[in-house]
Amino acid sequence: MTNQNQTPASKMPEVETVPTAWQRFKDTHIWNSFIKDRVAQISLTIFMGYVIMALFAPVIAPFDPYDPTQMDIMNSELPPSWDEEMGEEQFWLGTDAQGRDLWSTILYGTRISLTIGICAVLLQATIGIIVGLIAGYRGGRVDSILMRFADVQLSFSTMMVAIVVLAIFQASFGTELYQDLAMVMLILVIGIAEWPQYARTIRASVLAEKKKEYIDAARVMGLGQIRIMFRHILPNTLSPILVISTVQVANAIISEASLSFLGLGMPVSQPSLGSLISSGFEYIFSGAWWITVIPGVVLVVLVLVMNLLGDWLRDVLNPKLYKG
Amino acid sequence: MPLLEVRNLEVSFGLRSGDVKALRNVNFTLDRGERLGLVGESGAGKSVLGFSILNLISKPGRISDGQILFEGKDLADMSPEELRNIRGNRISMIFQDPMMTLNPVLTIGQQMVECLQAHRNISNENARTIAVQKLQQVQIPSPETRIDQYPHELSGGMRQRVVIAIGLLMDPDIIIADEPTTALDVTIQAEIMELMVELCERNNVALILITHDLGVVSQVTQKAIVMYAGRIIEQGPTREIINDAQHPYTQGLMNALPQMAIPGQRLNQIRGSMPSLQKIPTGCAFNPRCDYLRDACTKQLPGYTVSGNCKVACHMVAELKQAEQAPHEA
Repeated sequence: MTNQNQTPASKMPEVETVPTAWQRFKDTHIWNSFIKDRVAQISLTIFMGYVIMALFAPVIAPFDPYDPTQMDIMNSELPPSWDEEMGEEQFWLGTDAQGRDLWSTILYGTRISLTIGICAVLLQATIGIIVGLIAGYRGGRVDSILMRFADVQLSFSTMMVAIVVLAIFQASFGTELYQDLAMVMLILVIGIAEWPQYARTIRASVLAEKKKEYIDAARVMGLGQIRIMFRHILPNTLSPILVISTVQVANAIISEASLSFLGLGMPVSQPSLGSLISSGFEYIFSGAWWITVIPGVVLVVLVLVMNLLGDWLRDVLNPKLYKG
Repeated sequence: MPLLEVRNLEVSFGLRSGDVKALRNVNFTLDRGERLGLVGESGAGKSVLGFSILNLISKPGRISDGQILFEGKDLADMSPEELRNIRGNRISMIFQDPMMTLNPVLTIGQQMVECLQAHRNISNENARTIAVQKLQQVQIPSPETRIDQYPHELSGGMRQRVVIAIGLLMDPDIIIADEPTTALDVTIQAEIMELMVELCERNNVALILITHDLGVVSQVTQKAIVMYAGRIIEQGPTREIINDAQHPYTQGLMNALPQMAIPGQRLNQIRGSMPSLQKIPTGCAFNPRCDYLRDACTKQLPGYTVSGNCKVACHMVAELKQAEQAPHEA
């Protein structure tokens, strides 16, 4: 490594250990802000807890809630085990109306809720990114047409679209088939109903990016449009995408829960958090509060934690709030 | 056949208030290995000319008339496919601000390899080898390390060297440099200019240098074009234009150089400013600012008068020429 005409800016110490990825990460702004922010740390810890619960549900759960042979109707509506009169040791959060262990059911339900949330957001992001990039980059008539589509889509509320589509599907194909396809349908409906959020955000950043000179430079190099859009513009719009993604996952989970609560979501045989809340609702006045309240708390905490993480991420990635 | 010939080029921008002509009746030729300087104030149409040579005028602008013949083929009506083959490959462009022209999220190597692969069927390793060679050519120390760095890790001068290396990547025939040194500080400016000239000479590349800086033009180029309000007002060999400017505007530019001012006194300037392209005065566009204003100037667009090896668009010069040819002195 011979450095001729060393200017101060070009000086490179000759003996320098190459920093590992982890060392480099420890120098970043994200890491520094993370170790200072207690809320972000707690949120991330709880969120990771949820992810582990979801991933390892079959290992953690003492019972398999999908296996009818493990259910006993005699065990139904048992309160949590800390209730000394009625509670039983083996069901620490009690059981639901079918006699399923509530803890196991919540674990599996979290898994379903998170899967639906994340997959629906992936779908939203894919549609939204493609539409937003094309609209922003091409501009003119293409932009107007695509963005009017987005406006039309936004003018229908997500819930309305979802209820109509799911109800029609349920009515025309029968509940049996619906139960098999419930998860896919929920992902599709929530994914398609919310893509304009992404399309709008991305279009706005693309409009700002495309005026920059490096895009001219890329065109001068003779690169194709698709290449410029996906390789040059897209990576520069990643930070707003990350921020809305966290919020959108939380929203999708809420949408799924609401639909399930209305009886249009996951079937009772494979309950998500929303359908658990809904199934317990009938028993709340007979004193079995835990069937509704415990999954409710789990859901609220999950959504809260994701929103807090999203807030933190938005502040970190906003250069205007950057304080060095 | 010259390498590049621009004929009667006209570029218009369609605005709500009607078409505005950013370039009118532009003619020039460029030979292989020749260096041409494009001078003028901001808004004179220099950069538009640079972009239109690559047929990259963005909407609402368009090439409304004329031809840009590159090796005899008209760039103005080529398919996007053919154009992409020429851009970056045969004609490349270097921009003013190296901070802005490199994509901040890609490493230098990624950007160079991408450009190579867009034009040639070439493996990653081979492309990287070529990229390292080019970085070496622009005198970047330890290019093997630099190639994996991001643009923000380099200094301004270093970045402009990278941009030049990208410009040279495909061994183009023409480089259009749009104020390549304006964003750099003076000592580095000289270095970069020297480097560019040396590389162009070595590879027999023609250079179109767009600049405000008459000093640079006189050092670097063989031919010069002075533009005003979208029109060429004087063109010819650089030496003649610098030593014996004919057009009052060119004279004004020369006088405005700080070297021409008397110490302790105000710098010379051309009074007024360039008219908006929507309100170009009739006759000679320069007439409201000209010290030699005469009747013809406000009525008729001046044609080109040949003076020495230069062509000048000025009524006064035309009159002087006529007077010269007449027996008695003017």
